[in-house]
Amino acid sequence: MREIVIISGKGGTGKTSLTGAFAHLATNKVVCDLDVDAPDLHLLLRPSREREEELHSGYEAQIDGEKCNQCGLCASLCRFGAIREGKQGFAVDPRRCEGCKVCVAFCPAEAILFPRKYCGHWYVSSTRFGPLVHAQLFPGAESSGRLVMVLKQQARELAKARGGNLVLCDGAPGIGCPVISSLSGAHLAVAVTEPTPSGRHDLERVADLCNHFQVDFAVIINKHDLNPDEAAHIEAFCRDRSYPVLARLPHDPVITGAMIQGLVVTELPETDFSRKLKDAWARIEKLARLDL
Amino acid sequence: MIVSVASGKGGTGKTTVAASLATIWDRPLVAVDLDVEEPNLHLFLHPEIEGGETGHMEVPVVDELRCTFCCACSDLCQFKAIAVMGKLVLTFPEMCHGCGGCIAVCPEKALSPGKRELGEMSWGRAGAADFLMGRLRIGEAMSPPFMRMVKSKLAEMIAASARDAIVDAPPGVSCPAVTAVMDSDVIVLVTEPTPFGFYDFQLAWEAFVPLGKPMGAVINRAGLGNDDIYRFCGDKGLPVLVEIPFDRAIAEAYSRGRVIAEISQQLKETFVSLQGKIRELAERCDAGEAVHA
Repeated sequence: MREIVIISGKGGTGKTSLTGAFAHLATNKVVCDLDVDAPDLHLLLRPSREREEELHSGYEAQIDGEKCNQCGLCASLCRFGAIREGKQGFAVDPRRCEGCKVCVAFCPAEAILFPRKYCGHWYVSSTRFGPLVHAQLFPGAESSGRLVMVLKQQARELAKARGGNLVLCDGAPGIGCPVISSLSGAHLAVAVTEPTPSGRHDLERVADLCNHFQVDFAVIINKHDLNPDEAAHIEAFCRDRSYPVLARLPHDPVITGAMIQGLVVTELPETDFSRKLKDAWARIEKLARLDL
Repeated sequence: MIVSVASGKGGTGKTTVAASLATIWDRPLVAVDLDVEEPNLHLFLHPEIEGGETGHMEVPVVDELRCTFCCACSDLCQFKAIAVMGKLVLTFPEMCHGCGGCIAVCPEKALSPGKRELGEMSWGRAGAADFLMGRLRIGEAMSPPFMRMVKSKLAEMIAASARDAIVDAPPGVSCPAVTAVMDSDVIVLVTEPTPFGFYDFQLAWEAFVPLGKPMGAVINRAGLGNDDIYRFCGDKGLPVLVEIPFDRAIAEAYSRGRVIAEISQQLKETFVSLQGKIRELAERCDAGEAVHA
C-alpha cells in the first residue's frame, strides 16, 4: 500500500484541482481530503455520503458557576489566557482553551468540568472515482493533527479492505500541525507551486519540511508561463535538490471552468493542460512505485 | 485600529491586499505578517530588518535524582509529552503544548522549565511603515503559541507609539486563523468568485461572525467564476468593500514581486477607497451599530 500526499506550502496554487484530476486518473485507490480546515475536494468529486461519524478532538474546560468559589486560581494558572473574570464570575473562552486540564486538576472547589470537544464530522462517501474519506469541522473549531490521523487511518483501512494499493491525499496549505500529520507514513509528497515569489518561498519551506521528515518530494509547477524567470529559479532549486519536476502546466482558466461544472480537468476534452497532467500522473505512479 | 486581512481559501490574495494597503496607508502603520507557517509579506514590502528575537515555548526538564516516578505529571499531561516507564521518565518536547501543568503538579519539584524553539520574530521598517513578522521553525507543529508571541510584540509596539496595524493572517478557518484575527478591530475577508473560493468564504464567515467584529469582503479576480459570492454577501448584509479584476497583467505583476497598488492609478485608487471603507466599518462599529446582527 502506498500513500501520496499533494501539498503546496502556499495556498491557491491548484493543489485540490490537481488532486481531483489524479483521483480520476488513478486506479484502485481511496481518496482522502486532509485539508480538514477548508476542504474543497468534495466540490469536484460530488460525493454521496455513506457513513457519517462525529469528530472529537481533545477536551475543553467548562466552569460550573454554582460550584465555583471565585478564587481565581484557574485564571492565574492558565497559560493560554482562556479564563477571564466577567460579570458572572470566571468563565472559559472555548476559542482560547487548549484542553490541557491544568485548571481542572488544581481547582480547589472541583468546579471545572472537562467534556470532550465535539468538533465536526467525518464521512466515507462514494464518488464516480471511488471512495472518498473526508471531514467537515465546525467553523472555527480546532483543526489538529489528530483529526488528520483519524482520516488517514480510515482511508488506509478502507483501501486495505477493498484490496486497493493507494491512498491519495489532498493536503492542507502551510507547514504546521495538519501538514506534518499528513506527511506521517507518506511515501511521496507532490508539491504544487507557481512561479511567484510566494510560491517559490513557500515551496522551499515545504521541501525542507519533507526533508526533515524524510518523505520523498516531487514538484509540479502550475501557471508555469506566468513568470519565466521565477519558473527558472524554481527549476534550479529542484535541480540542486534533485527533486523531479513532474509537470510544467500553463496558466489556464480551464481549471476554474471545470470547477464550476463540478468536474475535474481530465474529464473535459483534452487540452495541453490535461495531457501534461496525465504525463505527470504516469511519472508519479513510477516514483511512488505503485507496481509494488 | 488593527485590521486583519484573512481568507478561508489560501491563495485568494491576502498578501496582495495587505501589501497594497500597507503601501497606501496614510496614517502611522505597522505591517504584520502573522502567517508564520508561510510568511510572504516581506517578499513584497522588502523591509529593512532592525531587530529580532527567537520565540520559545516552555517544556519540562526532568531532574532524575528528585523524581519518585509517581506519574502525577504523565497522568495530567493531555498531549503525551511526558511518560513514566518504571524508573525512567521520558519527555517528548515536540508534543508539549507548554501548559506548565507537569511542573506545577510535581510534588517533588523534579521538573523545571526548559525551552523549545518555535520560530524567529523580526521587525524593522518597510517604506513609511513599521514591519513585524514571525517565521515558524521548520518541523514545528504549533503555530498559535508563536503567533501569540508575535501579537504580544505588536501590542508592545502599539503601546510604545500609537499606530494602526495591517495583519496578514494565515489561510483557513481553524485555530491559527482565529488566533490571528480575534484581537483585531476589523476583519477584511479576501476571496475569489470561484466554487472553492465561495465555499471557503462561507466557512470563514461562519467562523468569524461569533467574534463580533466588523467584517467586509474584498473580491479578487472578479469576473472569474460566478455570482454566488455576491448573492451570499447580499443575503448576509456583508459589505463588498472593493473588487480587484481578474487580469493576467495583475497576476504577472504579482509574480514579479510587485505591490499591485503601485502598478496603475486605477488600482491605487481601489486601495485608497478600501482604506476609507475599512475606516467607515470601524467607526460604524464604534458608534455602537450592530454588525451582522
